Amino acid sequence: MENVAERVKKVVVEQLGVNEDEVTNEASFVDDLGADSLDTVELVMALEEEFDCEIPDEEAEKIATVQQAIDYVTAHMPAKDA
Amino acid sequence: MKKRVVITGLGIVSPVGIGIPAAWDAIVQGRSGIGRVTRIDPGPYSSQIAGEVRDFDISQYISGKDAKKMDLFIHYGIVAAMEAIEDAGLKISPDIAERVGVSIGSGIGGLPGIESEHQIVTESGPRRISPFFIPRCIVNMVAGHISIMYGAKGPNIAMATACSTGTHSIGDAARLIEYGDADVMIAGGAEAAISPLGLGGFSAARALSTRNDAPEKASRPWDKDRDGFVLGEGAGVLVLEEYEFARRRGARIYGELAGYGMSSDAYHMTQPAAGGEGAARCMRVALHNAGIAPEQVGYINAHGTSTPLGDRAETEAVHTVFGDHVRSLAMSSTKSMTGHLLGAAGGVEAVFTTLALYHGILPPTINLEAADEGCDLDYVPLQARKQTVDVALSNSFGFGGTNSTLVFRRYSD
Repeated sequence: MENVAERVKKVVVEQLGVNEDEVTNEASFVDDLGADSLDTVELVMALEEEFDCEIPDEEAEKIATVQQAIDYVTAHMPAKDA
Repeated sequence: MKKRVVITGLGIVSPVGIGIPAAWDAIVQGRSGIGRVTRIDPGPYSSQIAGEVRDFDISQYISGKDAKKMDLFIHYGIVAAMEAIEDAGLKISPDIAERVGVSIGSGIGGLPGIESEHQIVTESGPRRISPFFIPRCIVNMVAGHISIMYGAKGPNIAMATACSTGTHSIGDAARLIEYGDADVMIAGGAEAAISPLGLGGFSAARALSTRNDAPEKASRPWDKDRDGFVLGEGAGVLVLEEYEFARRRGARIYGELAGYGMSSDAYHMTQPAAGGEGAARCMRVALHNAGIAPEQVGYINAHGTSTPLGDRAETEAVHTVFGDHVRSLAMSSTKSMTGHLLGAAGGVEAVFTTLALYHGILPPTINLEAADEGCDLDYVPLQARKQTVDVALSNSFGFGGTNSTLVFRRYSD
């Protein structure tokens, strides 16, 4: 099974229409991957779907990079998927 | 004094073809674009046929990331506008950007997108609604996206006048040029409503043909066996320019948009006024606006949807306006081949009318095998006709009793 980082990156590639090699851990969705505010909202929704979790708006606002998304999901995903 | 407006670019996405060469060839050959519905399972619907756009791949034109933020009518509108701009050889450089506008409307907008998002909110709740849902579906988003893609910083508007949308969009755009608000307007209509609620809604209104066993024969304006219109989809877009502006940049001129008229039936939600009274007033004000006498008109691209009441009313209206001149006047309905593209109808029919003048070929009304009583004009039945015409009209009439007519004049240096 793919690890969390790989799954997050896959969602980012799909949602933002970017190449895999652009999606580094440090990449910022807005500054590096061309996302606008609506793209980031939809990206968070896609992460919720992928990891079957709910990311509250105030938490979602803090997720600006690939690494932050990986960290959030790792900390909050249901134990069975870990 | 009002400025002259000419047509310098054409673009189309339609059931008879994507792109001007394919679509115009189908029209001249009299080929139907109607078939059994494939977009959804048509089994439960009383009308199971439509003019669907075939072999359309949006990824050939824009990125997948952008495409998924747009409902289908926006895809069609964008592709037709891109073709028209390319065809016009128009480069929207910063020095002219503020003088270039867009007027592309839609009768219904993103109905398929509304339906699918409604399913999401019903099944999964409001947190699952896409942030792109509203901008994906609203009527003015073809105009919005074209302005963003090309940097067109002039007027940006979108009509929603049902089946008059495309004609109103073009007419109002021409007014903006005449009045000096813009030098170039990219204008037309887009529609994609072959969806459960679109097909089902028009079926429920008993507006659609149920000739499900012979789709290509179903759209038959003025024929005695007509039984309603056939739903179509697509987009038609024109590049309109102020005459001197077009001349200065050496643009190819297809023809002149010489006049525009509007009226309202003030009568009924869906039925035409008795005797086509509103339609007649509409054609008259359009001719008056153009400064053209009825006797100068050689061709009318009719609204002609293949409904029992509408076809007769339009014929009566033409008698009222043109009197004895009807004997030297041709009127055909390209909807016999495309079906009824609703808000895009006026767009694609403006394209066909322009090409009819430009090439000297009058499109046929296919399937007109035996004209109904009271339908006694020269409808160019079955086959296209080579005929040079100086002035042509294009009519569109919409639910709510909203009427619109464009007047086109052949251009010669």
